[in-house]
Amino acid sequence: MKDSNTNIFTKGLIKSNPLLVLALGMCPALATTTSAINGLGMGLATWFVLLCSNITVSLLKNTIPEKAKLPAHLIIIANFVTIAEILIQAYWPELHDNLGIYIPLIVMNCLILGRAEVFASGHSVFKSALDALGMGLGFTLALTLLGVIREFLGTGKTFGNIVFPGEYGALLFVLAPGAFITLGFLIAGTNKLKKQS
Amino acid sequence: MKKQTSNFIRIVVVLSGIILMAVVSSSVVYSLVKDKIQLSKEEKLQSAIRKVLPPYDHFDSKPLEMNDGVEVMKIFKAYDKQNLFVGAAVESSSNNGYIGHIDVMVGFDKSGQIVNYVVTEQNETPGLGARIIDWFKTEHKSQNIIGKDASAANLSVRNDGGDIDAITGATITSRAFLFAIRNAYFAFTSTVEPEAPKTEVQADSTKIQ
Repeated sequence: MKDSNTNIFTKGLIKSNPLLVLALGMCPALATTTSAINGLGMGLATWFVLLCSNITVSLLKNTIPEKAKLPAHLIIIANFVTIAEILIQAYWPELHDNLGIYIPLIVMNCLILGRAEVFASGHSVFKSALDALGMGLGFTLALTLLGVIREFLGTGKTFGNIVFPGEYGALLFVLAPGAFITLGFLIAGTNKLKKQS
Repeated sequence: MKKQTSNFIRIVVVLSGIILMAVVSSSVVYSLVKDKIQLSKEEKLQSAIRKVLPPYDHFDSKPLEMNDGVEVMKIFKAYDKQNLFVGAAVESSSNNGYIGHIDVMVGFDKSGQIVNYVVTEQNETPGLGARIIDWFKTEHKSQNIIGKDASAANLSVRNDGGDIDAITGATITSRAFLFAIRNAYFAFTSTVEPEAPKTEVQADSTKIQ
């Protein structure tokens, strides 16, 4: 059962959620989740890169010599990040403006490199893709949730729609400390869920 | 020894192959969407100009450029149906934001009153400095700059002896923003026949330098 396909997919959601359990990719997670839409955008961009890089790394796993693994994986990831940035710039310019430097920094996201090293370079293409889909979904969900909570408490909006007037929002939640506080509560909640299952 | 060399060659070949693949695929994607990126940039500029101009019929798509040595300002003149000048949109910027660059598009009517502004690019602190996008449009105490005549009012923050309330907790951002606005006004008056008295225009230009 341990390595069944469903297991590979669902483990990224809660059991080893990349952000809330493995604590990978913290920097973009804390910096870009000032609003729900930014969190979602960042999650989707990371998801795209993760999926493409996992598939490519898995395809090339027998070609790449052991010693050249790290540089090869980095080039592959950087390539897909460049493509993702170009695409976002073309089709979602507002998001490109909002995320700024954090899109190119996806290259340095340890989640993607970690999955390439640990999983994709030792498993079949299909399994690697499944792994990327599950991990990416877990990362996107966690980022969006973080963004929704911070945007709601900080500015009184959800996805830009006003729920309560902004003056009553706690600015703290939009700033960095709010990111840590929210993340802490989310990790606590995930731990509770993990224990139950 | 021989094995080591062949291993080394293999690494070089594989890495070069991957790099080649990467270069080709990203350039293909770029060339596919290049026009689209250009279009969305243009669209952004156009919509900013439309938002800040007073009622108009058409405007110069080729802007006048003005370089004061530090900042480059672009002036888009607008005309009504009879081809009479109604105002201009000025793209101006400041490098002294709290986190780098701030770009604004400001619209003036023909008498030099501020019609509207749009912040086209900023990286200020969310919740603090980032509030420039609507702070100076909000009618509250004396933070509103819309409708103000830049030659009559002193468009700088109160701490510097000006007439405008800075954003609470973001004085540096406010300063940079108002600098860009004053600069834009300077560009406006020096390229457009000013209807405001000449002396006050000069007073303003000294402040910029």
